[in-house]
Amino acid sequence: MEFEPKLIGFLCKWCSSAGADLAGVSRKSYPPNLVPITVNCSGRIDVSQIVKAFKDGADGVLVSGCHPGDCHYTSGNYKTWRRVALLKHVLDDFGLDPDRVRLEWISATEGEKFAQTVEDFTAEIKELGPGPFRDVKK
Amino acid sequence: MAFKPRIGVFICHCGENIAGTVDVSNLAEEIIGYDNVSFSTDYEYMCSDPGQNKIKEAIEEENLTGVVVAACSPSMHEDTFRRVVEEADLNRYQCEIANIREQCSWVHGEGNDRPTEKALKIIKGTVEKVKRNVSMEPVEREHSDKCLVIGGGIAGIQAALDVAEAGNEVILVEKSPTIGGHMAQLSETFPTLDCSQCILTPKMVEVNQHPNIELMAYSEVRGISGYVGNYRARIERKPTYVDADACNLCGDCEEVCPVEVTDEFNQGLDTRKAINIPFSQAIPSSYTLDTEACLGLNPLRCSECAEACDADAINFDQTSEYVEEEFGAIIAATGYDLYPKEKMGEYGYGEYDDVIDGLQFERLLSATGPTGGEVRRPSDGKVPENVVFIQCSGSRDPENHNSYCSKICCMYTAKHAKLYRETVPDGNAYVFYIDIRAGGKDYEEFIQNVREEDRVLYLKGKVSKLKKADGKMKVWGLDEISGERVEIDADLVVLAQSIIPSEGAEETSEHLNLNLGANGFFKEAHPKLRPVESLTGGVFYAGTGQGPKDIPDSVSQGSGAAAKAIDLLAKPTLSHDPQVVEIDEDLCSGCGLCVGQCPYDALDINSKGVAEVNELLCEGCGTCASGCPTNALSLRNLTDEQLTEMIHAHIGD
Repeated sequence: MEFEPKLIGFLCKWCSSAGADLAGVSRKSYPPNLVPITVNCSGRIDVSQIVKAFKDGADGVLVSGCHPGDCHYTSGNYKTWRRVALLKHVLDDFGLDPDRVRLEWISATEGEKFAQTVEDFTAEIKELGPGPFRDVKK
Repeated sequence: MAFKPRIGVFICHCGENIAGTVDVSNLAEEIIGYDNVSFSTDYEYMCSDPGQNKIKEAIEEENLTGVVVAACSPSMHEDTFRRVVEEADLNRYQCEIANIREQCSWVHGEGNDRPTEKALKIIKGTVEKVKRNVSMEPVEREHSDKCLVIGGGIAGIQAALDVAEAGNEVILVEKSPTIGGHMAQLSETFPTLDCSQCILTPKMVEVNQHPNIELMAYSEVRGISGYVGNYRARIERKPTYVDADACNLCGDCEEVCPVEVTDEFNQGLDTRKAINIPFSQAIPSSYTLDTEACLGLNPLRCSECAEACDADAINFDQTSEYVEEEFGAIIAATGYDLYPKEKMGEYGYGEYDDVIDGLQFERLLSATGPTGGEVRRPSDGKVPENVVFIQCSGSRDPENHNSYCSKICCMYTAKHAKLYRETVPDGNAYVFYIDIRAGGKDYEEFIQNVREEDRVLYLKGKVSKLKKADGKMKVWGLDEISGERVEIDADLVVLAQSIIPSEGAEETSEHLNLNLGANGFFKEAHPKLRPVESLTGGVFYAGTGQGPKDIPDSVSQGSGAAAKAIDLLAKPTLSHDPQVVEIDEDLCSGCGLCVGQCPYDALDINSKGVAEVNELLCEGCGTCASGCPTNALSLRNLTDEQLTEMIHAHIGD
């Protein structure tokens, strides 16, 4: 059977989750691998939550917020930007390919971009193969 | 005995919208075995009255402590369902929405199990969240009952008058020296052909005289802080160098002023003096000295105007004044501009004098315009015998210009052609169009009448090129109906330029963190159900800043925005969302990292050396909670534990 990646998507409520809603309203289809978690702001994403997702067996994690300058909470996305950049630096040490974490800026008007992002990310993780902790007994 | 949550899961079919792709009855069966889920059901339309009753009955009969509604996006009905659970005496925050429509059934193909599997994961995650939710009560707070209206065009005027009539104080801020906006420039208005100034200027006077409205013309909003109910705006009142109360409009200053520059009100078809009044019915009714045009105030280089002024109204020592005011609500009515004809390569990059835009033609038709209402072309003042009107200039052209329809051009072009034919009975009017869009009350009849009674020749097709030859404009186009190429020697070409948002839209969006859509217009909270609200609480939209509109639509939206503002301002107190950050003082080390991360200055280190949150200022983004090195901060109802369990439920086994 073909490998189907398990993906978590952290979406901020104001831009990216609204963008995902727009993808729905415009019926832009994309693979169902990514399960969304809507948070108030991408700034709420604690990098340890991303690591926990991998520990639980995720193969990839998408973090998506408002475009720089457009954050509903002014600047939460800038914090996320730095935090994810730092996380990517240390992921190697955990035995994780940094490409398994993707940070995107998707606005409420970018339904098409959301669909395309999930499609690309799913294909990319398919190529990378299962995450290293997928079969570790919890 | 430890608290044991009892969660009910309600799965909506949304007709076929969800049930067509997701196996809803299977979901209801699967979820019943899940931890703490003690009830589940599916129903055709959960948001309908019978659907809502199912939820209320189940809460009472099954003694539910929490509710998950698996349905459309929370932006649609979260509030609806939270009100439903409140009616059954459950706290509104014990209800959460699992979005299985926009983010599942609508985007995944039918005919396999995967959408159902994904929906089940989303529901399980939502169950994990809601069973850990705490009940919360909104925090009540005082608010200002003043309203700020930004923009003094017809939409802003209407909004200001309505809010003021309801008894609230209004400050109306307008960038230019007069209110009235583009409507003041128009000759006559479709489809009734009332004179624009005749219907507008009484409203302008009303604004000026209304006891509840303070008009700040020639002023700009420089910064806004705060939040719904308690915005604080800093407004710059630029110096006009003329005391409006003393000025008696004699015009002596204008007469002696030696400087002539392009007249913006006449769209560049005329000149004005450095000291000027845009038009005689301008409000405030006073002169303004344009310092960019003036020979110089510092050092004073001319001062002829001041010497000519018998009323001693001119004061060169005026400077900008800055006003700071608190507002409960803000209405953004920043208006439109025309897409520059300089961008139209196919129509000569704006380099031909006799290729003008729609607003310029309005000025030519206007009795108060540069030609006194006679249609004379700019290059040599001749009355044009052949006029070509080109619709959709810059609109509906995604490859080269704007993709959207500017909505008003079909109507005003028909009006232009009609008024031209009335002014120049022997003249010929040609209109190039792609489609005629006349979807307003009495609009289609108006256009039919122009085509039949006024003998205006409508040619379906685009103009491919314009060229100047022998004092004429050669217009090459295609008549799609006959299939023939058309060549017209035009004396004047009028471009129905696309409508674009004015600069004010972007400036205001920066002050208030408003979303702009792809074309730069304000993005409303919901395109159909909340068309006058922004996603920023207490900020409403009126007029063309939100999208192309005609006058009746702008006025309607002005009144709509006013109604929303009045509704807000009439509340004795406002409730602040209780989803804020909490601090565990035992874990807090007092490092203060959170203080710098908060965009709202809601955090501080108190005298005990630990972090303290101001619940009224906290907007609940949770950025500080994720940045706290000791996990002392947590966002209510989106705690680390909740996120961890949601992730776990989503990944599955």
